Amino acid sequence: MSNPTPLDGPGLEEGKTMVADAPAAPAPGREGRRRHAKKEAKPASLWTDAWHDLRRRPMFIISVIIILILLVMAVWPSLFTSIDPFDARTCDLSAARQGPGPGHLFGRDNLGCDLYARTIYGARNSIVIGVLTTVLTAIIGGLFGIFAGYRGGAIDTLASRITEVFFAIPSVLGALLIASTLRGKYNSILLVILALSVLGWPMVYRIMRAAVITAKSQDFVVAAKALGAGSGRIMFRHLLPNSLASVIVVATINLGTYIAAEAALSFLGVGVQSPDISWGLMIADARDRFITAPLPLVFPALFLSITVLAFIMMGDAVRDALDPKLR
Amino acid sequence: MASGSEPVLEVRDLVKHFPLTQGILYKKQIGAIKAVDGVSFDLRKGETLGIVGESGCGKSTLAKVLMALEQPTSGSVRIGGRDISKARGGELKRMRRNIQMVMQDPYTSLNPRMTVGDIIGEPFEIHTDVAPKGDRRKKVQELLEVVGLNPDHINRYPHQFSGGQRQRIGIARGLALQPEVIVCDEPVSALDVSIQAQVINLLGRLQDEFGLAYIFIAHDLSVVRHISDRVGVMYLGKFVELGKDAEIYDRPAHPYTQALLSAVPVPDPEGREQRERIILQGDPPSPANPPSGCRFRTRCWKAQEICAKEEPLLQIRPGTAHMSACHFAETHDVVHAG
Amino acid sequence: MKKTSADVLPAGGGSGNEPLLAVDDLHVEFHTRAGVVRAVNGVSYTVRAGETLAVLGESGSGKSVTAQAIMGILDMPPAVIPKGEIRFKGTDVLKLSERDRTQVRGERIAMIFQDALSALNPVFTVGWQISEMFRVHRGMSKGAAMKKAVELMDRVRIPAAKQRVHDYPHQFSGGMRQRIMIAMSIALDPEVLIADEPTTALDVTVQAQIMELLAELQRESQMGLILITHDLGVVADVADKIAVMYGGRIVENAPVHDIYKAPAHPYTKGLLDSIPRVDQKGQELYAIKGLPPNLLSMPTGCAFHPRCPYRQENCVTDTPPLYEISGTRGSACHYWREVLDGERQ
Repeated sequence: MSNPTPLDGPGLEEGKTMVADAPAAPAPGREGRRRHAKKEAKPASLWTDAWHDLRRRPMFIISVIIILILLVMAVWPSLFTSIDPFDARTCDLSAARQGPGPGHLFGRDNLGCDLYARTIYGARNSIVIGVLTTVLTAIIGGLFGIFAGYRGGAIDTLASRITEVFFAIPSVLGALLIASTLRGKYNSILLVILALSVLGWPMVYRIMRAAVITAKSQDFVVAAKALGAGSGRIMFRHLLPNSLASVIVVATINLGTYIAAEAALSFLGVGVQSPDISWGLMIADARDRFITAPLPLVFPALFLSITVLAFIMMGDAVRDALDPKLR
Repeated sequence: MASGSEPVLEVRDLVKHFPLTQGILYKKQIGAIKAVDGVSFDLRKGETLGIVGESGCGKSTLAKVLMALEQPTSGSVRIGGRDISKARGGELKRMRRNIQMVMQDPYTSLNPRMTVGDIIGEPFEIHTDVAPKGDRRKKVQELLEVVGLNPDHINRYPHQFSGGQRQRIGIARGLALQPEVIVCDEPVSALDVSIQAQVINLLGRLQDEFGLAYIFIAHDLSVVRHISDRVGVMYLGKFVELGKDAEIYDRPAHPYTQALLSAVPVPDPEGREQRERIILQGDPPSPANPPSGCRFRTRCWKAQEICAKEEPLLQIRPGTAHMSACHFAETHDVVHAG
Repeated sequence: MKKTSADVLPAGGGSGNEPLLAVDDLHVEFHTRAGVVRAVNGVSYTVRAGETLAVLGESGSGKSVTAQAIMGILDMPPAVIPKGEIRFKGTDVLKLSERDRTQVRGERIAMIFQDALSALNPVFTVGWQISEMFRVHRGMSKGAAMKKAVELMDRVRIPAAKQRVHDYPHQFSGGMRQRIMIAMSIALDPEVLIADEPTTALDVTVQAQIMELLAELQRESQMGLILITHDLGVVADVADKIAVMYGGRIVENAPVHDIYKAPAHPYTKGLLDSIPRVDQKGQELYAIKGLPPNLLSMPTGCAFHPRCPYRQENCVTDTPPLYEISGTRGSACHYWREVLDGERQ
């Protein structure tokens, strides 16, 4: 979505804004249209403009609708299915791995339980883990990154060395270690979020720090300092909006990784355990019999993919909306 | 030029050295880049001091020290009698209102993710007592008008403007706090030729209108002459010559100034074969290791033994009416010669 | 046996009055998502042996795109050359095969760029990069090619060439890097040298050194030099003739003395008038009003009309051709007589 013109230069920028001599040149296409339609008197800022822009992006609207449906599914699963998958009576071992049929839209799993109901009920744990871990890593990594990147010096050196230690630990192994140490003290889902966040933030930190270091060398930061702006203003008004794009991309892609990592942890015996349900757990359970009965794996995987895709689409849309050049 | 009035900016023996260090954990200083090495001058209300010199001469570092963006190694920068380099916290913030800057690159000096209204309004947000909240937007629109932009474009983003217009936005931001001094660091060198004159005219008009004093840093000598009352020529962190514009351009006394002036291409082909041209040999030495005595001696055709031993001070020398730092200072009109 | 450029094109100097290089009605378009950008719209100019042509213009005027088309270094697509000829000694290089074109490029026509640092490869020594020209084009051995590289560095006056030949680009100053670029470009004795803003990134004293070097090399080898610049001072110093470009067209061409004495196009006149002069100190500078045109939506008629003080009604509708003023001068202005008569101080 970069600037498509090969000859970047003043000659190609919009051509009529000088007051003294505005010639009746044709209005420049892209930015002209929207701007003129809107009343220019109302104050605009990056965030309000981004919001105006997002509301007219189909990609954003579609992704938000999908995410909303998923959230409703996570909060009130009973709205989507009348079968309670935690009720053992709904399972029929003799009908295990039965294909889709009336009453059982997706068919039955290895234990003869309704696949559709389990997939709906699995959304809660998976989405909670995915979203909260993403938010937590973005906040921790983002804040550390912006601070270390802006301040530099000893703080930066120290923080960078610490993250390198985290990078050296294989993430599933590390999460396993954390989760099994703290096991029993906390709710297992909270434990998974905690473990994944502790290991996930260095990635966000790295990206934020690199973006901040690039941004802070630009003249507009010098100009803000010359005006007397404090560190807080420079970090959050100037550096953050100019560094957010890459963090959004990485965070939304990571969301899927976290949901999948939760499955790995479940498989290793920490995190969500039967009879609790999560997509990760369902995928892990169905793996062994995938050749003979693919559906118990396909459906949760499909929901997982849709969730990840929706968040990536939303992240893309937000990132583009925050770049005035792409509007 | 109000030569009788009190100076608004007094710079005395300003030195800025950047330490060169070695080692990762224990940083050992092994030397220093002497970017600014003893600069003194006064600037009066409504006056323009042009500073010329080649890249690496320290003129941009000088600008940063004047703006208190870098701490000087020693020396003082007094604005209205108080030393900005010693000011901290709230006092520094208040002093910043009196000195603002316009930067070279109109593409990186404006935050691409802020509207023009936010960019020009930022000074008011930082210095909240300058304008009450309700008035800020109106003030921003006034400023846009002052610099010749359409006040209706307040909600646009920098990329929707051309280079010259962006430079006007940068100037409006510098004006917002009504400073007495504006440091212009190469304000037109990134602009197209046909746009440069527009911006220079704007700076001139604003100076008359608001009584601004300018430090005008540039490498284009004809532009500096046009806008400056006095001109300082910098070489390796020091002024080698300082005087009124006519003195510097028509009666330069320092060999470096003479070489610099003769190297500027004259936009008139008449008599180009006869024109005197002093072509300096080699490049300027590194500011980390400047030559002893006179710093220019390694490229100077007049250099003698004394130049290596004794550093020539910036002072008025026999036969000249302005200050120069050469043992063998002698006025010589290079521009009109030949 | 390697095919040399002599097999592709006739050797020897331009015969008689035939120019070395002739650009004839060249058009270059860029097909982009935002639309078709007409960067060059019918440019013609010629260069003879030993002659210096200055192409003057602002960013977006098409001056560099024309040069890149001559060199054959445009990315195609998005660039398209729908029309026009570039004749080197009578042969249209646009019609040559890619292989033959490569022979012409570098050997017969060479180019130097504004930014010498990015044009040199940071991971090879400068000696290696200069000698590469001899190894690739002349099939020389490494040792012989290196010897030639030292000779060349001497020729462009790089001190202590013998030692410095093993240094990397970052170890040289800006002026020295530009000398290395020049050494590479003249390595194969090209007949035409295109210099695209060769001194814009340099300080004035270094600029003077480089321009002097270029002039000297040109005197020695009788190269045709195309100097692309926006600096009226540099042009006045070295050019024999000038082509002024605006909005992808040549708006005025003339011998250098004529144009500075009496410009025949309002744009040229405006540029010359906006140079700060001693007797105007303290006054407003003359400024061309408005902005350079947007190549995506060019003004109708004459591209300069929105900024022009001589504008009449027909300027908005009729694109002016390059009117012939004399045998050597042309101006693309309907009112060139008025412009020419309005005396300039």
